Amino acid sequence: MNSVVCISHVPDTESKIKINQDGSGIEEGGLKFIVSPYDEYALEEAIRLKEAHGGDVTVISFGPDRVAQGLRECLARGATKALHIQGDPSGVDSLGIAKVLAAAIKPMSPDLVLLGIKGVGTDNSLVGPMLAELLSMPQVNVVTHLELADGKLTAHREIEGAEEVIALAMPAVITAQKGLNDPRYASLKGIMAAKKITIESTTPAELGVTDEELNAGGIRITSLELPPEKAGGRRIEGSDTAAAAAEIVRYIREEVKAF
Amino acid sequence: MSGVLVVCESKEGKLRKPSREILSLGRKLAAESGGTLSAVSFGTGAADLASDTGSGGATKLFVVNDPSLDDYMTETHTSALQAVVAMAQPDILLFSASTNGRDLAPRMAARLNVGVASDVTSLEWSDGKLRGTRPLYSGKVIAHFEAAGKPAVATVRPNAVPAEDAGGAPSEVVPVEWQAGEPKTKLIETKAPAAGELTIAEADIIVSGGRGLKDAENYSYIRDLALALGGAVGASRATVDAGWIDHQHQVGQTGRVVSPNLYIAVGISGAIQHLAGMSTSKHIIAINKDPEAPIFRVSDLAVVGDLFEILPVLTEEVKKAKAQH
Ligand SMILES: Cc1cc2nc3c(=O)[nH]c(=O)nc-3n(C[C@H](O)[C@H](O)[C@H](O)COP(=O)(O)OP(=O)(O)OC[C@H]3O[C@@H](n4cnc5c(N)ncnc54)[C@H](O)[C@@H]3O)c2cc1C
Ligand SMILES: Nc1ncnc2c1ncn2[C@@H]1O[C@H](COP(=O)(O)O)[C@@H](O)[C@H]1O
Repeated sequence: MNSVVCISHVPDTESKIKINQDGSGIEEGGLKFIVSPYDEYALEEAIRLKEAHGGDVTVISFGPDRVAQGLRECLARGATKALHIQGDPSGVDSLGIAKVLAAAIKPMSPDLVLLGIKGVGTDNSLVGPMLAELLSMPQVNVVTHLELADGKLTAHREIEGAEEVIALAMPAVITAQKGLNDPRYASLKGIMAAKKITIESTTPAELGVTDEELNAGGIRITSLELPPEKAGGRRIEGSDTAAAAAEIVRYIREEVKAF
Repeated sequence: MSGVLVVCESKEGKLRKPSREILSLGRKLAAESGGTLSAVSFGTGAADLASDTGSGGATKLFVVNDPSLDDYMTETHTSALQAVVAMAQPDILLFSASTNGRDLAPRMAARLNVGVASDVTSLEWSDGKLRGTRPLYSGKVIAHFEAAGKPAVATVRPNAVPAEDAGGAPSEVVPVEWQAGEPKTKLIETKAPAAGELTIAEADIIVSGGRGLKDAENYSYIRDLALALGGAVGASRATVDAGWIDHQHQVGQTGRVVSPNLYIAVGISGAIQHLAGMSTSKHIIAINKDPEAPIFRVSDLAVVGDLFEILPVLTEEVKKAKAQH
């Protein structure tokens, strides 16, 4: 049972996001980066499958130098191999990222590829299904429960107000949703063991992905701006509960026009 | 320009509201680009949607009538949509950013070798390109983008654009030939939610409760108000983590991003991760006893007070007002 987990390295959700001078992207200096929370669920699930069924857990990430730190943390938690694809994905759209990941994963022939449902911050939710398509594997998105028995996977998928139970053949791609598991912290032993593992390194070009392929998707962020300020909200204070309730109802009826 | 193709989702023979929204948006894009608006629907009841898609302004409704498409499954739907795209040759392909839309759009796009503009809140066609906006980083930034693919593909956030019917004649139904393959996945069962519970994904009104409720039983305050308003029940992560309510109800960065006409936050402080999930709601009312609560910064109506005093009175007032109007 060999798994690959795709790791995105994102600004900590508490971060103050600043737009850079020409409005083309965000200012990375001073930001703290973390492994995207959903990727932690994906990683934890892969480690549990390895513990139960053996095999390797390879973490891979496409990004600049800093992502090596994220991969190191994943090794400390229990991943057994790591691949760093050097490059700057900020100017590449999700299809380009998926192509790079697909080129790296194909020769590994894993049984299972796990991703987060979304990279927190940009919240695209695109790379998983795109990667599944490029690898010609079935996919189940938004997985909250996964079982492996007799070489067959069963995944629970969260949809609007309901849950689907889906059987799927391996090799397969799944994207992890909150609720899948409770990710563990790295142990001291894990941290020490991780230091002995070499993070392999490559580039999109070495993987045979041309610039043309990287940019085939055609999605381009042209500028970023701050959201408009909320124009003067109103305030109700004081202890007159009946008056407050009456004003809320008036607002809902006359301004929201809800009934 | 050969037009805009809108991928429709239906429930019990009617178009889902997010699909009516993207039809409206598609109609605007078709007008801006000088193309036509078409819709596509799958499964045995697909053709029944023709009057709904017609009032949405679609001249054609492509249907793939096959029982294997009655339940959504990624592989079969991608393959069927591929057949429709090959026939319709759209310049713009629109999906709702529903769970299934977000599953199908990127898979389809990768097969067509194009990107996806994800979860957009506005779109326009100008200078021969699809352009639009969407919030990033918990709404701390608005991104402007362009989509140059042929077709240009986008998923549209539910409730971000109005669903305005054009009142047109039923769409012309165009059957599309398609051969079902042997899928590698199989839907074993769908566990439906408790009857009568509205989901936050599509609700026009959401009443959300936070840690201010103190315990699980007090969620009845939220449920009663939601029921009186005909809205859905939402939740902060603190209450989900405490086990007071299921994760399905969680609004925010690690829950659902919602954009209803009215969002009422009760006993919720307004952490940035919560705001990420609701700050684009059209109208926001917050009820909190802390006058400094950050939720008030995004509120249209800030009510400073004790929820346990206000909610019962408010729920009664809503019932009375509704009975009168
Ligand atoms: C990576 C990450 C992801 C996260 N994702 C999410 C997410 O998706 N959604 C989410 O909601 N949070 C999320 N959080 C958690 C978030 O940071 C907050 O901890 C959480 O939103 C707080 O929930 P709360 O407002 O219910 O509780 P609190 O912050 O404890 O606020 C309770 C509020 O109730 C008020 N109150 C108390 N008693 C009363 C009363 N009697 N009447 C009126 N008001 C009263 C208080 O004044 C207070 O403002 C995330 C955090 C992290 C780190
Ligand atoms: N640069 C990247 N390197 C590795 N994995 C990534 C990268 N970007 C996204 N992913 C994976 O794709 C998932 C979905 O990301 P996104 O489509 O960007 O929301 C993430 O949770 C990661 O598992």
